[in-house]
Amino acid sequence: MAEKLMSFEEAIKRYDPVWGLETHVELNTKTKLFCPAPYSFGGEPNTELTPVSLGLPGSLPVLNKQAIDDAIRLGLALHCHINEWSQWSRKNYFYPDMPRDYQISQDDKPLNGEGYLDVELDDGSTFRVPILRAHVEDDAGKNTHIGGAAGRIEGAAYSLIDYNRAGVPLVEIVTQPVTGTGAKAAEIAGAYVRMLRDIARALGVSEGRLEQGNMRADVNVSLRESPDAPLGTRSETKNVNSFRGIEKTIIYEIRRQATILSQGGEILQETRNWDESTQTTANGRLKSDANDYRYFPDPDLVQVHTTQEHIDELKATLPEMPLHRRHRLQKEWGLDDRQMHAILNAGALDLIDQTVQAGASADGARKWWLGEISRVANEQKLALDELPVTPDDVAELEQMIADGKLNDRLAKKTIAGVLAGEGTPSEVADAHGYKVVEAGSELGSIIDKAFADNPDVVEKLKSGNMKPMGVIIGAVMRATRGQADAKAVSAEVIKKIRG
Amino acid sequence: MAADTQIVRLSAAQMAQKLKDKEISSRELTQAEINVIAAAEPSLKAFLTVSAKQALEQADAVDEARAKGEELGPLAGVPIAVKDMIVTRGIETTAASRILDGWIPPYDATAVRKLKAAGMPILGKTNLDEFAQGSSTEHSAFYPTHNPWDTTRVPGGSGGGSASAVAAFEAPLALGTDTGGSIRQPGAFTGTVGVKPTYGGVSRFGAIAMASSLDQIGPVSRTVMDAALLHAVIGGHDPADSTSIPEDVPPVVEAATAGQNQDLKGLKVGVVKEMQGEGYSPAVSKRFEQCVDKLRQMGAEVREVSLPRVSYALDAYYILMPSEVSSNLARYDGMRYGLRVMPPADQPQTSAGMMAWTREMGFGDEVKRRIILGTYALSAGFYDAWYGSAQKVRTLILCDFEQAFGQVDVLVSPTSPVTAFRLGEEITDPMTMYRNDICTIPANLAGIPAMSVPAGLDENGLPIGFQIMAPQKRDDLMYRPAAALEKALEQESGSLLDKLSAPWLDKAAKAGDVDADQAATIGKAEQKAVMDEIADRMKEER
Repeated sequence: MAEKLMSFEEAIKRYDPVWGLETHVELNTKTKLFCPAPYSFGGEPNTELTPVSLGLPGSLPVLNKQAIDDAIRLGLALHCHINEWSQWSRKNYFYPDMPRDYQISQDDKPLNGEGYLDVELDDGSTFRVPILRAHVEDDAGKNTHIGGAAGRIEGAAYSLIDYNRAGVPLVEIVTQPVTGTGAKAAEIAGAYVRMLRDIARALGVSEGRLEQGNMRADVNVSLRESPDAPLGTRSETKNVNSFRGIEKTIIYEIRRQATILSQGGEILQETRNWDESTQTTANGRLKSDANDYRYFPDPDLVQVHTTQEHIDELKATLPEMPLHRRHRLQKEWGLDDRQMHAILNAGALDLIDQTVQAGASADGARKWWLGEISRVANEQKLALDELPVTPDDVAELEQMIADGKLNDRLAKKTIAGVLAGEGTPSEVADAHGYKVVEAGSELGSIIDKAFADNPDVVEKLKSGNMKPMGVIIGAVMRATRGQADAKAVSAEVIKKIRG
Repeated sequence: MAADTQIVRLSAAQMAQKLKDKEISSRELTQAEINVIAAAEPSLKAFLTVSAKQALEQADAVDEARAKGEELGPLAGVPIAVKDMIVTRGIETTAASRILDGWIPPYDATAVRKLKAAGMPILGKTNLDEFAQGSSTEHSAFYPTHNPWDTTRVPGGSGGGSASAVAAFEAPLALGTDTGGSIRQPGAFTGTVGVKPTYGGVSRFGAIAMASSLDQIGPVSRTVMDAALLHAVIGGHDPADSTSIPEDVPPVVEAATAGQNQDLKGLKVGVVKEMQGEGYSPAVSKRFEQCVDKLRQMGAEVREVSLPRVSYALDAYYILMPSEVSSNLARYDGMRYGLRVMPPADQPQTSAGMMAWTREMGFGDEVKRRIILGTYALSAGFYDAWYGSAQKVRTLILCDFEQAFGQVDVLVSPTSPVTAFRLGEEITDPMTMYRNDICTIPANLAGIPAMSVPAGLDENGLPIGFQIMAPQKRDDLMYRPAAALEKALEQESGSLLDKLSAPWLDKAAKAGDVDADQAATIGKAEQKAVMDEIADRMKEER
């Protein structure tokens, strides 16, 4: 199928893509949206429950006010209009992981109304993504299908349900149909979702980890003949949970739809699923078969009243927004765009900033996070902040180098120990005895011994032939097991020869 | 043992006094009620579960606390029955549905928690129409409850179990739930007092939801004062219910006490013009007028008041209620608790199939009828025409009440247009059955408090109810005329329930103390037979 698709370049030449994202951001409140059950990723299945989160008969939801404040702060960061009154509605459908068989969501009266988000592209230009709404809802539990291929429900022998996640607060951020992106459709969509993630993290309202399901997006794509033609029929690809997946879904759908349209075919209004293994989308459900969710106001909950005073209070708590901060740091650190992109792509901005704040130089911090630490992270397929190394560790390491306690080689060995979870740099260096042998009596006597072992070399040096210097340095390094600073050794040797 | 008969006939307030004076213990009283339950149940079927063991343990705990001189609430030691629509930790709770058969809740409803804190032993769980949907208790999945005044007749519904139990002296008090009259109409049919408090006045936390915007837990009792005392125990703000009113219970006990002076001077009473005339039995209309006269004689200023849009109440109710039912009852899908029925072997063994078969086998016809109605009313394209319009009607009815309460303090009407009908008489005719609630539904739509007090008997010796309604959050206003009317009627012709023959009281006196384990088996064989029947039907399907 894939090989028969029209190329992306051709597709973009012939059609104008329109896309939209519905991005779910999981809030990191201590307790769930409507009950006091705690939630933590990876908890023992079905332990983080109350009668409410399990939907037991007679149980009633009570709103978590922190979740509303978090959602408003997110809305403010997205320049949304915050509605004074917002309402909870029930979205009714049967599914095993839905304890009440309805989701408590917001329908015609969302908390956050229209807004926008400016995103920066690789070429330095800015694109404004228009936002329709950002409403609050509770999450469902999680199904695990056992016995089928790759955890799919097809062919599974049975399924297990974990209701821990049921009731966790989500903010669903819905864009308007995004037009005018042409060949940059995927890049803009990717930049938009990354920016959402950065904002959520900056606000401290979400961990923003796609791989843990903290964020996921439904990707809507349609094509039209030209920008002044009416919108075409769209497909909706559900629950895409990686940045690359979102970008690839857009590209794939543009190619797929262009292929169908160019052959005189018709795009079906349907939901599809992104398949990471085949890098394609597969059809799910036709719109005509879709659930009628029978939304109606939830009679168990009262409307949320948000006063302007409260909005102003929350506004005052907003931190510096990521784009602004990014520009400021780039300037402060004296980096060019390419260097800055390397940092952003590595997800190292916060870590480097914190390392600099802990006392390291920007260059030093950047070198470690993008160098040795990134290499290990790639090897172990982990994010930088999942490794057992902190900005304070890196700052300490840099200080130890600056103080001459470690040389580059020892510093690398030390960071390896830190990455292996052995402790802070000083703890690792102490435990392994990593330390630069300093100029002075100890180093002097080692050099004296090297001189004694190599009288011929000493003769040459004394005669002004510095070529065999390496022999002495090598001997000293061997004797100190590499803990001497080569520069210091050579200075000392010259001093002794000339002395 | 003859003393038992006397004890159980007392009002809750009188029982409380005897407990306080240490004339009797809570254990003696609770045991006496268990004995009556054991004697009466074969004829009445008011209970689904008798929690005798737990009740006696609670009774002992109260007796012990009293012996130690601890401060106790006004109803401490007085036992109570709880409608099986309200969850009780450790005691099976079924909503009279096959789909919840055997479910033992891990938590207490707020109202139940308050009963326990008040030292009130819980005798058991009373029968109802499945998920409180019905007006006769015939829609219980397990068995119908009989009216103690005439066991060939229904006790009303949905709370027929609570009403029959209290009328028959099986319990001095009970909790009910009222969505469209489920406390008040059974009160009228059994000669008991039934109160639906202001919406939000009693926490709904732990009341199994039927229609959340209409449901309200309330007292069932034999006297107005008893209802007030229980109302004060269960009412008040509960942070676990977002629709709970953040205020104290209105002074209902004080109001009931004041009413006993039979001085209603200054009280303005409105007779609802639209709740009389055609469709009301002559006996009901006659007793209603006599009661209004009594209020007038005690000094009340009576006038006729119109609620012009109230004639649309039944129609709006039968859109809104099923809509909420269709959503509230979705959770009974076999996944987490209660009944689970797998599809026949020749069909795919999927979760969707299991849900469908569980709901097909687990729900009764009336529940299915309302789920289907509600699903339709909320469907895309129909929402505005049905649900949206019904909500507007609801608002207009609320306006009517507000306007009426601008002129009078309370409104009065018959509780039900008719008295208790025979078992089987209306069960096949939903529309006639629905009309039973024509006088009670408006109060639920408007969220106002309303109560039914006994108003005498009809020509067949069947009780008639008199309904009093008050403005939101002014529950106290209805207790004053209710208590006054109760006393006036008693002066005229004695206590109504003294006229009830209650042969089971003698039987209980003769039988002696019933063992708690024995009591726990009451009704269980019949319930098991119903569940076995489903298992058999499933076998046939396969």
